[in-house]
Amino acid sequence: MPAAVPALALEGVSVTFIAPDGGRYTAIRDTTLRVQPGEFVSVVGPTGCGKSTLLNVAVGLLQPSTGETRVFGEALGGLNRKAGYLFQTEALMPWRTALRNVAAGLEFRAVDRADAERRAQDWLQRVGLGGFGGRYPHQLSGGMRKRVALAQTLILDPEIILMDEPFSALDIQTRHLMENELLELWSANRKSVVFITHDLEEAISLSDRVVVLSAGPESHPIGEFVIDLPRPRDVAEIRLAPRFIELHGLIWRAMKEEVLKSYARQQKQ
Amino acid sequence: MPASKSNKALRLLQLGLFGAILLAWYALTSPTLLPPIYFDDPNKAAFFFGEPLRVAARIWQWFSSGVIYPHLWVTLVETMLAFAVGTALGLGFGLWLALSPTAAALLDPYIKALNSMPRVILAPIFGVWFGLDIASKVALGVTLVFFIVFFNVYQGVREVSHTVLANARILGASDRQLLRHVYIPSAMSWVFASLHNSVGLAFVGAVVGEYLGSSRGVGYLILQAEGTFDINSVFAGIVVLTAFALLLDWAVTLAERRLLVWQPRSGETEKL
Repeated sequence: MPAAVPALALEGVSVTFIAPDGGRYTAIRDTTLRVQPGEFVSVVGPTGCGKSTLLNVAVGLLQPSTGETRVFGEALGGLNRKAGYLFQTEALMPWRTALRNVAAGLEFRAVDRADAERRAQDWLQRVGLGGFGGRYPHQLSGGMRKRVALAQTLILDPEIILMDEPFSALDIQTRHLMENELLELWSANRKSVVFITHDLEEAISLSDRVVVLSAGPESHPIGEFVIDLPRPRDVAEIRLAPRFIELHGLIWRAMKEEVLKSYARQQKQ
Repeated sequence: MPASKSNKALRLLQLGLFGAILLAWYALTSPTLLPPIYFDDPNKAAFFFGEPLRVAARIWQWFSSGVIYPHLWVTLVETMLAFAVGTALGLGFGLWLALSPTAAALLDPYIKALNSMPRVILAPIFGVWFGLDIASKVALGVTLVFFIVFFNVYQGVREVSHTVLANARILGASDRQLLRHVYIPSAMSWVFASLHNSVGLAFVGAVVGEYLGSSRGVGYLILQAEGTFDINSVFAGIVVLTAFALLLDWAVTLAERRLLVWQPRSGETEKL
């Protein structure tokens, strides 16, 4: 990689929450994460290690206690306008149909409604939901709602895509389908992706690079692994490749201790 | 299907119960049918409780001669105005206070006080302020409807999903767009949930207002009949009001079905 300006850079970010009773909780400490344009980076770590906090800082929903976020070299103040965000939980507007949900971002940007809906229909087709535009979110399955959310984010063509365990609530087959679809959409139009997951296999099969976070509190990156698996990949098949298994073993050794730490802490509570 | 069969049986039973109540009413109030059980004079039961046949005749006479229509119309107009104005005010104030914590904190004790006040007692004051025409009835209905809608909107705005809100902001919604596309739709679902209550109370406000002083309306008819101890007309008025209230409730149910298509109904399966 040439020393280009990173699309997204978290520089020495710490986040300390103040509880209503005055207690302090440091979720992330001194974390630096740089993502190059067009790079797919996964962040893995045990549950409760502040992965979502990291994304919330990157998108500007949360102000870091120390450090800063840079977007294409510029310090971020307020919301990150170059980023799209795929939430772990339901984020669609339940009172809008699938089509109107996908069109929402364009409408907010003052695109004329007919035009917005035409482009939204196009995106629904791309995520395989061409015939479902008139359905309300509650009339769609969990996997379909994720596709709508994906279309809703990608229609705005963000330079940076942040994903917070987007597929964790789906069954394994739907998940593989969604992952393959995501890779296909991403390779057609390469943007920077930060993909948060607790699933190491998912991280390896999707990414160019995997960053491992330590167990919280005060979690920070403890290892970085370049995934040199060839693309295009099929997420279900690539799991059987020898290099995949090798990488998996390597990263798992780094993660294991942190997972055990996190598990021990949960047992204590 | 067994379900619809038992449903039919239930309907029949309900009708039967209705008939039994009417029959008992008739038998117990008819001056000639049964010897007096409680009252010493055979006409007293009819004097206090009316007679179903005469009540029915009175209703028929009202509708066939058309005397009732202007009164019903006035009551309906009062109800609708109270409902519309109360909802609009409740929506506005609810949104304002929910989105402005300082104002909410400042006004909190006053809202609590106004809400716990028995507001029907305002009717005479409204009569003095707005006269005996429809304005004073609308004002009374508004005070009843306002708080229902207000509290629902307040609650609705506070319970907007944080994820939906964050998502809309990241998709580029400005504050005004958030209000229009997230807060108001979310609050509206709570307003609709309270629609039955607020329409019902608008109706109560109109009728109570009429009853306390007016020259038109179904409440006025009842008051007139009561003044001449015409108990059959009082009951006729009550029956008309009840039927009217049921009709309003049914209209609300229809409106609800149209407006809340996006909400899952209980028991509805996921459509794939």
